[in-house]
Amino acid sequence: MLSWIDAILQGVLLGGLYTLFAAGLSLMFGIMRLVNLAHGDLIVLAAFVILVIAETLGANIFVAVLIALPVMFILGFALQRLLLNYTLGKDILPPLLVTFGISIVIQNGLLESFSADSRRLQAFGLETQSWPLGGGIAVGVMPVLTFATAVLAILCVNWVMYRTELGRAFRATSDDPKTAQLMGIDNSRVFAIATGIAFMLITLSALYFGNRAQFDPTIGSFRLLYAFEAVIIGGLGSLWGTLAGGVILGVSQTIGAKINPEWQILAGHVVFLVVLVLRPRGLFPRSVD
Amino acid sequence: MALMETHNLVAHYGDFQALYGIDSYIDAGETVAVIGANGAGKSTYLNSVTGLHPGAGDAVRFEGEPIGHLRAADVVKLGIALVPEGRKLFASLSVEENLLIGGYGRKGGGYWTLATIFDLFPVLRELRGLPATALSGGQQQMVAFGRALISNPRLLLCDEVSLGLAPTIIKDIYSVLPAIKDGGAAIMLVEQDVQRALQVADRVYCFMEGRVSLAGAPAELDQAAIRGAYFGN
Repeated sequence: MLSWIDAILQGVLLGGLYTLFAAGLSLMFGIMRLVNLAHGDLIVLAAFVILVIAETLGANIFVAVLIALPVMFILGFALQRLLLNYTLGKDILPPLLVTFGISIVIQNGLLESFSADSRRLQAFGLETQSWPLGGGIAVGVMPVLTFATAVLAILCVNWVMYRTELGRAFRATSDDPKTAQLMGIDNSRVFAIATGIAFMLITLSALYFGNRAQFDPTIGSFRLLYAFEAVIIGGLGSLWGTLAGGVILGVSQTIGAKINPEWQILAGHVVFLVVLVLRPRGLFPRSVD
Repeated sequence: MALMETHNLVAHYGDFQALYGIDSYIDAGETVAVIGANGAGKSTYLNSVTGLHPGAGDAVRFEGEPIGHLRAADVVKLGIALVPEGRKLFASLSVEENLLIGGYGRKGGGYWTLATIFDLFPVLRELRGLPATALSGGQQQMVAFGRALISNPRLLLCDEVSLGLAPTIIKDIYSVLPAIKDGGAAIMLVEQDVQRALQVADRVYCFMEGRVSLAGAPAELDQAAIRGAYFGN
């Protein structure tokens, strides 16, 4: 019995990581209807940015991420302003093609710069520490930090979305970009800020992703799949839904692994497909679409 | 100097020409009606003024300055607000948020604030927390008016505000026009409801097939001339 509770607990914490993977994707889709196929590669790119900052300054990764966050915000802002805004319109194909192209550019750029060697973001031994909860169950410090970061990040983004003028502009532009202009909202700037925020979420996920396991320049597309699954299980455009989706995915995987270690990844995909069949719009779809 | 004027304003949608040289003006404090049948070019005219239909160049001037090259987001900051046809409220925003978004990115100042708009439309005060789409058509039209007013425009453009509303509701909506005028805005009404427009307007432009077919004060125009200008002969 305890081992099942343990599996669920570890699954929930793993869900925090998937939530972070998915949050930026969910935000960009929610505001701009932009499906970012380069999302996974951007996570890897952000991981390398953190790595380079940490190695250059000799700082630990938590300090490095504080520097990486504004750097990635600016990169996201510029990418949206100078490129992605021109792909948005009635046709959904241009953003898909362009972000697919960005994905290839990032992968090959990273291969060229950093070789195909596996790297890891070391957190001065934190990754091996854990807190015992009694009964033989213990939670790792990093998974708990990951989950806490995911919840905190979603709280922050939701606060911006529902409590600030910028958030009103996000939602208004998402509802009706043409009428939003009549309110004095500069769509291309609002979208650029949204992508900047999404890139900060990407950077946070890169921190924990790069610390949890080794990464190399080509691993991004595999992570993209989990991100998509978490977003779709939760319901497109809803950030709390994305958290639920991430947790469901994480718990499915750990329970699958508990039944049979070979089933870990498969169990997550099966649950995703079941949700897709029973609730095609996800568990918590936005009421307005 | 007119508050807003157009001189030889033309507009195209691809190969199709929608406006053929519109000359018009509105002075501060005036109420001007633009009437005309469907497809006469009324909405294109408004879109050219607000910057939604780009490329008007020097043909549109606001307080003497050309604004035809500006984007819609910049035009509204100069003091031209639109109550769009079909209201176009933001579905995922509450009533209050819909009102607030009308003043996006600007400091307050001016007569119209949330409080004065709730005084103008008291029913909205109780509904402020609801999603805008939960309101009746007439109430939604009030929100659309409030959303435009909160930017404290000097020119308020109203596109077909009576469309799809019951006659008693239309009367309510029109009854706030004097208060809006007192708030400092000139009003340009685009209407298919000719009688209603003639009652409130200082001057009228009638559009037909992208041209001004008739212009003048309602008292100077006889019904036959209006009918001719509206439907063609």
